Amino acid sequence: MKRRIGVFVCHCGINIAGVVKVPELVERAKNIPGVVTALDYVYCCSDPGQRLIRETIQKERLEGIVVACCSPNLHEATFRKAAAEAGLNPYLCEIANIREQCSWVTSDRDAATEKAEGIVRTMVAKVSHDQPLVRLGVPIVKRALVVGAGIAGIQAALDIANAGYEVVLVEKEPSIGGHMAQLSETFPTLDCSQCILTPKTVEAGRHPKIRLLTYSEVAEVSGFVGNFRVKIRQKPRYVDLDACTGCGICLEKCPVRVESVFDRNLTRRRAIYRLFPQAVPNKVVIDAQHCRQLQGKKCGVCAKVCPAQAIRYDDQERIVEEEVGAIVLATGYELFDSRRLGAYGLGVVPDVIDSLAFERILSASGPFAGEVRRPSDGRVPKRVVFVQCAGSRDSNQGVPYCSKICCMYTAKHALLYRHRVHDGEAVVCYIDVRTPGKGFEEFYRRATDEGVQYLRGKVSKIFRRGDRVVVWAADTLAGKKLEIEADMVVLASAVVPNPDGVALARRLKIPVDGWGFLSEAHPKLRPVETLTAGFFLCGCGQGPKDIPETVAQASGAAAKVLAMFGQSELYHEPVTAVVDEEICVGCGNCERTCAYEAVRVDPHRGKAVVQAVMCEGCGACSVACPAGAINLKNFTKQSLTEMVDV
Amino acid sequence: MSFEPKIVGFLCNWCTYAGADLAGTSRLQYPPNMRPIRVMCSGAVDSVYILRALLEGADGVFIGGCHPGDCHYVSGNYKTRRRMVLFNSIMRALGLDEGRVLLRWISAAEGKKFADTVTEMTERLRQLGPSPFRKLWEV
Repeated sequence: MKRRIGVFVCHCGINIAGVVKVPELVERAKNIPGVVTALDYVYCCSDPGQRLIRETIQKERLEGIVVACCSPNLHEATFRKAAAEAGLNPYLCEIANIREQCSWVTSDRDAATEKAEGIVRTMVAKVSHDQPLVRLGVPIVKRALVVGAGIAGIQAALDIANAGYEVVLVEKEPSIGGHMAQLSETFPTLDCSQCILTPKTVEAGRHPKIRLLTYSEVAEVSGFVGNFRVKIRQKPRYVDLDACTGCGICLEKCPVRVESVFDRNLTRRRAIYRLFPQAVPNKVVIDAQHCRQLQGKKCGVCAKVCPAQAIRYDDQERIVEEEVGAIVLATGYELFDSRRLGAYGLGVVPDVIDSLAFERILSASGPFAGEVRRPSDGRVPKRVVFVQCAGSRDSNQGVPYCSKICCMYTAKHALLYRHRVHDGEAVVCYIDVRTPGKGFEEFYRRATDEGVQYLRGKVSKIFRRGDRVVVWAADTLAGKKLEIEADMVVLASAVVPNPDGVALARRLKIPVDGWGFLSEAHPKLRPVETLTAGFFLCGCGQGPKDIPETVAQASGAAAKVLAMFGQSELYHEPVTAVVDEEICVGCGNCERTCAYEAVRVDPHRGKAVVQAVMCEGCGACSVACPAGAINLKNFTKQSLTEMVDV
Repeated sequence: MSFEPKIVGFLCNWCTYAGADLAGTSRLQYPPNMRPIRVMCSGAVDSVYILRALLEGADGVFIGGCHPGDCHYVSGNYKTRRRMVLFNSIMRALGLDEGRVLLRWISAAEGKKFADTVTEMTERLRQLGPSPFRKLWEV
């Protein structure tokens, strides 16, 4: 195809011109078939540089341009916009990356010039085949789904709802609040966790724009950005949510007692239960696995005592369908199971507990109403050893990364223990104390000033001797081995992503890292988006972080959702597959290859049809087509073979 | 003059192309023998392009994609992997050394791996010598 093409070579100061011989490259570019003009400029991305491009497009009546400069990931948008301003379709502007992939990686000037010419030729070949394209407008359903109602999900839901949009907030537990509801006080200010959380849970529970679905899980998501269809599985609660008043009579009368996961197995709850007294919604739920009635035995006590007649033994699982435009994943964390660190004795040695269990002990609503006592015999421990990095920074048995929050919560644990047990001794065994945060170093200093002992060295073994717990450790600063006899040991277990969240991400095909943490679209510049359009993330599901960071990230994710909802419609990249119906035989290879169900064979006409808004533009179908009937726009077979040839 | 191989590289937009950019940002030096072509996905690299490159004078073809499980398009790289197994048998039938066509998973964070891969492939092709197709053409 004969097309008038212009080439613009950017010096990028000396970044390109210091290696690539720009005047020579310009001369060579002029000889490429189709090129009618080639110019160079010191910084093409500057205002005068863009003006030069605009003016040249108009003066030379260019029908396509190639800007030889930095990576298209940086300035493709800039130059396409400049082209559009000059009346050229933006998709007829292509970038030849001669900086990141040429001048910066080559020292020989002649070789770099040669390579740069090759890259420019490739892009000239591409632009001579490019078609003018127009972005597709897609309507947006202005409702959001937030998955997970810990502090991250609650914050994101509230921010979106307070801006006037409806939110569906899904939580797998019977009530909202997440791990924050289990915590005692929060570092470094020592605010009571429940006291600052419950106003948020109450607001989320009562918000007219928030539809709260507790004891529910996301089963299936279909559709695409702006237009998702979500199926949510509501587990049977065996209690009528509307009828239950949360009076709690059933909680006293139920004859079954099981260990409370919320209290980290330190207390026992009934088979009918609520997580904690301020639960939102303040409604009970029956644990079907342990309920005598539901297990087919004779009981029915709760139904008899319930003054509201809210018990429904015949409750069934329900599927709720919702349409939303954006999805925020706030799937949260779990603690690493430190029982896997055999030498640390968790689950074997009594009075070795993990950090969340100690939070429950410290909590006023915990097993000992806030008094520090040993789980085994209820005695007040006089010496407590806090073991940091129990699983973190341990590539052999645990996880290689730093869990970020443990240094601070351990300082808090030790401090709170000393506040409750004045003659108690708090010993912290650490590898490094990391305090990068506002007020963190001061808080750590406060702990040491108030008599918490810090010993630098990893703990090697924890075992029982009589009714005490013995810790073998090293003091690497003094250069000696230590044996500490303690009454209780608290392990700062690593933070790992919630396994249900990981499973959901895998089902939804949202990328996760090697440990299951959700991957952000760009680690620095797009930290609250995922690579799948319409999915946003926040909280510890993305990586370990403390409460203020979680809240900030949640508000960030909400802001991104709101920015999307503020638009009248969404734009979809027009680089999508297109079928040549003259050639298509309707074999269905493309349909089987497409990962997005964007192409279907019309059964009546026997031709493949592409649903453009669902097409993500990967081009897999074009390779699968035996007839060569389906092509990716601007990456056609003809275009690519010519790009290869130059 | 010693033989300098020509390589055509198909780099997937999301991983390997970004990895190649990172090699540049990190100023890692590698041989200039590879001409990069950005494609949206390694799964969109038709075997026809590879053959075409070899017939038109390339001594080697490189395809870079996302690591298994990391494909931006869910499963494009698995399609590439299956296709390359088939393609290798075509290579053997044509009497071409399998080292002339290389598929590697290089993520956006692996600038060094990208530079090392190009260096390694260039070295290998220097040893293998010009593509036999090229000789045929000269005759």
